[in-house]
Amino acid sequence: MKATRWASVSAAAAGALLLAACGSSAGSGSDAAPAAASGGGSSLRGQTITLYNGQHEQTTDALVQAFEKQTGVTVKVRSDDEDVLAQQIQQEGAHSPADVFFTENTPPLARLDEQGLLASLPASTMSAVPAKYSSADQSWVGVSARVSVLVYNTTKLKKSDLPTSVMDLASPRWKGKLDIAPSETDFAPIVTSIAQDKGDAAAVAWLKAIKANAGSHQDPDNESLVANVNKGTTELGVINHYYWYRLREEVGQSGLHSALATFAAGDDGYLLDVSGAAVLKSSQHQAAARALVQFLVSAAGEHVLAGSDSWEYPVGSGVTISTLPPLSGFTPRAFSLSQIGDGSHAVDLLQQAGLL
Amino acid sequence: MSAPALYGAGAAVAAALLLPEVFLILQASDAGWSEVHSVLVRPLSAELLRNTVSLTVLVAVATGAVGTAAAWCVVRTRLPLARLWGVLVVLPISIPDFIVGYAWHSLFPGFIGLPAAGLVMTLDLYPLVYLPVSAALRRTDPALEETARALGLSGWATFRRAVFPQIRPALLGGMLVVSLAMLAEFGAFEILDFRTFTTEIFTELKVDQPAASVLSLLLVALGAIVLLAEAAGVGAGRRLIRSGPQAPRPPLRARLGAGRIPVLAGLAALLTAALGVPVGTLVYWLTQSHTTTLPASTTLLGAAAATVRYAAAAAVLATAAAVPVALLAAQRRGRLARLIGSSTMLIQSVPGVVIALSLVFFAVRYTFSLYQTSALLILAYALLFFPLALVCVRASAVQASPKLAEMGRSLGCRPAAVFVRVTLPLIAPGIAAGLCIVFLSSVTELTATLVLVPTDVQTLATQFWAYQTNTAYGAAAPYAVAILLLAAVPNLIVGAWFARRRGAPDTAATGG
Repeated sequence: MKATRWASVSAAAAGALLLAACGSSAGSGSDAAPAAASGGGSSLRGQTITLYNGQHEQTTDALVQAFEKQTGVTVKVRSDDEDVLAQQIQQEGAHSPADVFFTENTPPLARLDEQGLLASLPASTMSAVPAKYSSADQSWVGVSARVSVLVYNTTKLKKSDLPTSVMDLASPRWKGKLDIAPSETDFAPIVTSIAQDKGDAAAVAWLKAIKANAGSHQDPDNESLVANVNKGTTELGVINHYYWYRLREEVGQSGLHSALATFAAGDDGYLLDVSGAAVLKSSQHQAAARALVQFLVSAAGEHVLAGSDSWEYPVGSGVTISTLPPLSGFTPRAFSLSQIGDGSHAVDLLQQAGLL
Repeated sequence: MSAPALYGAGAAVAAALLLPEVFLILQASDAGWSEVHSVLVRPLSAELLRNTVSLTVLVAVATGAVGTAAAWCVVRTRLPLARLWGVLVVLPISIPDFIVGYAWHSLFPGFIGLPAAGLVMTLDLYPLVYLPVSAALRRTDPALEETARALGLSGWATFRRAVFPQIRPALLGGMLVVSLAMLAEFGAFEILDFRTFTTEIFTELKVDQPAASVLSLLLVALGAIVLLAEAAGVGAGRRLIRSGPQAPRPPLRARLGAGRIPVLAGLAALLTAALGVPVGTLVYWLTQSHTTTLPASTTLLGAAAATVRYAAAAAVLATAAAVPVALLAAQRRGRLARLIGSSTMLIQSVPGVVIALSLVFFAVRYTFSLYQTSALLILAYALLFFPLALVCVRASAVQASPKLAEMGRSLGCRPAAVFVRVTLPLIAPGIAAGLCIVFLSSVTELTATLVLVPTDVQTLATQFWAYQTNTAYGAAAPYAVAILLLAAVPNLIVGAWFARRRGAPDTAATGG
């Protein structure tokens, strides 16, 4: 620790410091050097940056604390829904107080990228993560991943009762039993996936059918959805896996009346969702902001992530979580992040179906 | 205060209170006609309108019935322990709707939608009808009812034909206040899975901000309709019938006899549902050990300190703004004074979330240095609760005879000195009540706070909400209890003040 602190004082380039501090061997400091100059100092210690956090605080909290401890940078965190924050960044434009934007899903990042609001990340940051998890133009980098799965109440349903495709949730068999959270950002990629596979008309028809099946059980968030299914208020729903693992931790084995199941391999509703991070072009603290993003994908960061209540799969440096089934065991639809896009078409379809 | 200073200050306050409306119109025109059109034709919009209007009407009628029935039982029957019931039956209004919604939802997770929202809001808002109706029932002249009975009318017919016309203005006034509260409500509906314009505005903040502006405009239009109804219909019939010039007698109290059992049972059931469930649920969750994976981003003490800071600042700001407007309303008769007075009422139709968003819109475009600062949040509270401060200060101001101030000036005091030494002490009780009521309203505010809370700060309400939305009911409970305790102190002060005023013999002559 002492050595790290000494290094942080003496290092000329902030990028070099960070890479050293994170124990990463990849890349070089040359990418970050100009940014350090524009950040106005040779050391990041004492700087304050603002993180717009669209991720769950379960994921972000420990990461930010570890980063602050390691670098001496103070991080002010504004947590809200990722889409709310993305809209705020657009509204704020060049004035945005945000230096870094950390999201649960990629569409908000894609949207800001389309508007030219994101800075290019150094190659050393991008190379820490397999290319398929990040943007092609280096505007944001993937940090962690989740899988969309079925959650079902184990006292009301047997595993053999479950649908093998997300399309089957439209069946009248699930009337009054299905729980949905259509305004949640995890839901949009599924809509996009169905629309690209089966067409817009089929997607809207499916949405209308699940709306009818859910009735009043339209929750504002996935936490409520998974809690309802666990209590037996409803019987099943589609979530990203981590909501259930957090619930399991909160209610304990004795309070657990639900389980996860996957759709058939490659199904439209069986997706890999990626959480990402980006530096804002408008940031006045480019070096510190890049350092935070670099930390998120570094081995040190991914170890913190793996040890937190995030329950997401780190995608960076081969850190695995022993309490989760291996990510490689899942067989989601081959659906790239660029196909998921910025999510605006999904919003159109949700609006046509009267869900938004 | 000299006349020009008074008019100047009043006009400035009136102009400030119109800002949210102006920003809202700018915001909507920014969104453009095509956006307005696309929101209006969206299938969900019709559903939201149906939901919003049907629930508002349902709760207005239900609170009207419950509030009137409770007022009759407490004020006009020989109910055992009537005074105690009178205190208890008002208490539910001091529990924020989002805490009542949380209590019911954590007990009965399957109880959602229209019936749940209707029940929870009725239980929370009926005191808004009970208070004016019970006041009217106390003031009605018993001679009229005696005459009706003497002419052979039954008890029910006497109520319908002699009593009801006299309490109708109070009843309708209460129901309209309930309707405005319904249009502005967010937290309880979000918890109970009932979608209205207000909950959808929050959803649109994720998806489509211009659509949120359009929905805000629709919501304010609905509020304006309610306000117009108040101005048009309710004011017209505002009269109490007096049989003669003699001092009013205390009202008749019906003997209950065997009817005592169902009346007591009814009141007990009402209080169990409206007070027992929320308080009991909070106590239950406090005693449960809880685990949540959501990391605490504040401490109970830190959140309470932030809450007190913002609420106190808002109380000072709103009450200070209310003083010139109240003095104008109480002491000046001209058209300008009336115009200032009535224009400040318009803010009542603007829900908290709309005020908050309009301030964000304003700050982002014109005063970015205020953006995401506590100043904006305090300003929002002050705008939102200005009407409450005004009611209190005005009640004192109408009793402060302008002759005393004139006397001070004729004795050679400068206007500013007269204001400080004569007028302010005279209206001090109203100012104190205004401070208390704005403070407690700000402590219990959720909707605007969620939009405006500064980065890295949590208030009691926002931290409660964070835990609540993570279904961490146990972790949320201490924050709810802290909100109730913080609101209770000023609540008791205001309650005592109003009780004393009600007892004072001269209030009936000067009030209103």
